[in-house]
Amino acid sequence: MGGMFHLVRKNLGRKKLRTLFTLLSVIIAFVLFALLGGLNRAFTAGVELAGADRLITTHKVSFIQLMPISYVARVEGIDGVRAATHYTWFGGYFQDPKQQFGLFPTNLEKLSDIYPEYEMPPDQRERLMQTRTGLMVGQAMADLYGWEVGDQVPIFSSIYPKLDGSFAWEFEIAAIFTGTGNTADEMQAFMHYDYFNEARQFGQDLIGWIVTRIEDPELADPVSDAIDARFANSPTETKTSTEAGFAAGFAAQFGNIGLIVQMILACVFFTLLLISGNTMAQAVRERTGELAVLKTIGFSDTRVTGMVLAESLLVAVVGGVIGLLLGALFVQGAASALAQFFPGLAMSTGTLAWGLVLAVALGLVTGAWPAWRAARLSVIDAMGRR
Amino acid sequence: MGQILAITAQNLKSIPGRLGTSLVAVIGVAGVVAVLVAVLSMARGFENTLESGTSPDNVIVLRSGSSSELDSGFQGDQARIISQAPQLTMVSPEVYVIVDLEKKSSDTQANVPMRGVGADAASIRNEFRILEGRMFESGRKELMAGRGAANQFAGLEVGNTLEFGTERWDVVGIFESGGGSAESELWTDSATLQGAYRRGNSFSVVYGRLEAPALFTEFKDSLTSDPQLSVRVERESEYFAEQSRALSTFVSVVGYGIAVLMALGALFGALNTMYTAVSDRSREIATLRALGFTPVAIVASVMAEAMLLALAGGIIGAGIAWLLFNGFTVSTLNFSSFSQVVFAFAVTPGLLVQGIAIALVIGLVGGLAPAVRAARMPIVAALRE
Repeated sequence: MGGMFHLVRKNLGRKKLRTLFTLLSVIIAFVLFALLGGLNRAFTAGVELAGADRLITTHKVSFIQLMPISYVARVEGIDGVRAATHYTWFGGYFQDPKQQFGLFPTNLEKLSDIYPEYEMPPDQRERLMQTRTGLMVGQAMADLYGWEVGDQVPIFSSIYPKLDGSFAWEFEIAAIFTGTGNTADEMQAFMHYDYFNEARQFGQDLIGWIVTRIEDPELADPVSDAIDARFANSPTETKTSTEAGFAAGFAAQFGNIGLIVQMILACVFFTLLLISGNTMAQAVRERTGELAVLKTIGFSDTRVTGMVLAESLLVAVVGGVIGLLLGALFVQGAASALAQFFPGLAMSTGTLAWGLVLAVALGLVTGAWPAWRAARLSVIDAMGRR
Repeated sequence: MGQILAITAQNLKSIPGRLGTSLVAVIGVAGVVAVLVAVLSMARGFENTLESGTSPDNVIVLRSGSSSELDSGFQGDQARIISQAPQLTMVSPEVYVIVDLEKKSSDTQANVPMRGVGADAASIRNEFRILEGRMFESGRKELMAGRGAANQFAGLEVGNTLEFGTERWDVVGIFESGGGSAESELWTDSATLQGAYRRGNSFSVVYGRLEAPALFTEFKDSLTSDPQLSVRVERESEYFAEQSRALSTFVSVVGYGIAVLMALGALFGALNTMYTAVSDRSREIATLRALGFTPVAIVASVMAEAMLLALAGGIIGAGIAWLLFNGFTVSTLNFSSFSQVVFAFAVTPGLLVQGIAIALVIGLVGGLAPAVRAARMPIVAALRE
C-alpha cells in the first residue's frame, strides 16, 4: 500500500508544472464554486431567516402604501394570532445618502414576542425601553459603523422630516442585539414608533406593514385568509403571506439577474472542470506503456486501477479543499465590504459539504476512464504501441 | 520569415492529432470570453436603458435629501413655484408610486412604477411615441403602459382592465420613449393618480425642459436659493446615470471578478496544452533545429499556434455571447429606485473587441513559456528521446 502511494507521488511529481497547473485550475474552479454558494445564499437570506410561524400583511396595491395603525389591534383579535406588531420603512442613512439601511419604527415592547431570536443583555433592554430616542441596533451594523451603547448618533431619513422640517433624527444607541448567526438580520435597527409618530411632519398613525406571529405554523393559510377577509372592501385592503413567501417574493423581484449570475457561475465551474479533468486524464494516457510494465511485473488490475484513481482523486480533493477554503476567505472578506448591499453574503456549511462531494466526484470521473483503460490494458498491445 | 511560416503550417497540420487538448484550450478561452461579454453586456444594457431617451435640455427637481423619485415629495404650492421658473419652456409635475403586477416570466409580484404626469410630459420626453391605442384621458382611470412593461408584466394589453386594490383601471395604450426607463412604467394623469392614492395635491417630482441647456446653472441656483423650497435639481441625464450606477457597478465588478478568475483557469489550460504540444514534438523540434531552423522561428511558431487557438476560442466565445444574449430582455429591481426596470442586454462591438483582446492575452501568456522551452531544448538530448 505504501509503495502505491509512493508511485502516485512520483507520478504527480514527474511533470511538476503540469500537476501545478492542473491543481491551480481545480483550485480556481472551487473558489468560484464557493462564491456561487455565497451569492446564492445572499439572494435567499430572507427566506432562510423567515420564521414559519410569522406572517406579513401589506397594503394590497403595493407594500410602499401605508396602512392605519388601528389595523394591528384588529389583526391581534383574529383567532390563531399570538401577537402582532408593525414596521414602517424609514429610509434611514448614516452620513452617506447612498447607503440606506433597514431602520424600522416599531413597537419595541412587542418585537421580542415576534422575533425571540433577537437577543440583548437585560440592562440594555431596560435602557432601550426607558429611552424615547433609544435605538436597537444589530451587532453587525454596530460593528460596521463603530457604534457602542450610549453613543448619540444622528441618522437621516430620506422620507420623513421632523416637525421642525429637519431630516436629521437624533438617536441614542440603547441596545445592541444579536440574531441567528446569518448576519442579514443584524444589519437592521429599530426605533420607538411613538418617537417617530409624534415627531414626524406627516403620515401620523400610519404604518408600513404588519408582522404577525401565529400560534401554529400549520394554520398559516387560514389565518392569512382571515386577516385579508377582515379588511376586504375597506379603502385599505391587505395582502398577507408567510414571511418566507414574502421574502421569496422580494428575492424574485431581482428576477433573472440572480439566476443569470448563478447560471454563468455554473458554466464557469464546469468549463474549468473540463479543462482540469482533461489534463488529468491525459497525464494517465501518456503513461500507458509504464502501466503495462507494472502489470508485467505482477501488479494486479485492481492495484493499477486504484493507483490511477488515487492520483486523480488526490489532485481533485487537494485542489478542491484549497479552493473552497480560499473561496470561504474571499466570501468573508466580501461580506464585510458588501455588508451594506448584500447583508446575507456568507459561507454555509452546506456549500462546503457540496463542494467536497463535487471534488471527490471530479476525481472519480476524471480518473474513471483512464483507470478503466488501465485495468483493461492488454500488456502485449501496450508494449507494442511504444 | 519563411522558416516561421513553414513550421507554423506544420504545427497547425498536426493539431488534428492532438485534437482533445487543443479543443479543451479553445473551449476554455471561449468560456472566459463568453462569460465576460455576457456579464458586461448586462451592465451595459442596464446603463443604456437608464440613459437613453434622456436629453441635456431636461431637468428633474426632487426634494432635497431624497434618494429617488419614490421618496421625493412636494406640496402643490411648491410644485407650482418650481413650474413657474422662467427658464422652463415645458413642465410636468408628476406623482410616482409603485403597484404590484405579476411578472410573466416567474408569476411573482413585482414593484412596477406608475407615474401620474402633467400635460407636457410626453413632449418633454422627446422620443415619446404611441405604439398602440391612444393617450389616457384626464379625469378617467385610464393608463398607458410602456413597451417594456407591457412585454414583461401580465395584464397590460390594450382593452384590458386592471384592479389595484379597490380601483379599476383601463389599459388604453402602449408607448415607447427612446428605449429609456419610462418604457418600464405605467402612465396616467397626475390628478387621477393623486385622487386614487389619496395624495391630496402633492407631487413626487417635477420634470422640465429648459429653453437652452446652458440655463441649467441659473435654473438650479434660483431654485436652491429660494427660501420656500428645499430641492435637489439635476439634469435628467445625470440623474439617471446615477440611478444606474449601483447596479451596473455591482454587475461589472462581479463580471470582471469572475472573468479574471476564469481567465487564470483557462490560462492554465492553455499552458498545459502548449507544453504538451511542445513535448509531444520535442524530437521534431530538435530535428528542425539540427537542420538549421533558428530558435526565433521555433518560438514564433509555437506562439502563433497558441494565439490562433486562443483567437478561435475568443471568436467562438464572443459569438456565443452575442447570439444568446444580445437583445435578451429582462426586468430587475433597481436598488436605487426600488422599482422594476426592464432592459435588454447590449453586446456592443466594444465588448466583443474587449473579449477577443482577453483571449489573445491568454494565448500570448499561455504560449510564451512553452515556446521558450521548445527553443531552448538541448538538441542532442531531445533527438535521443
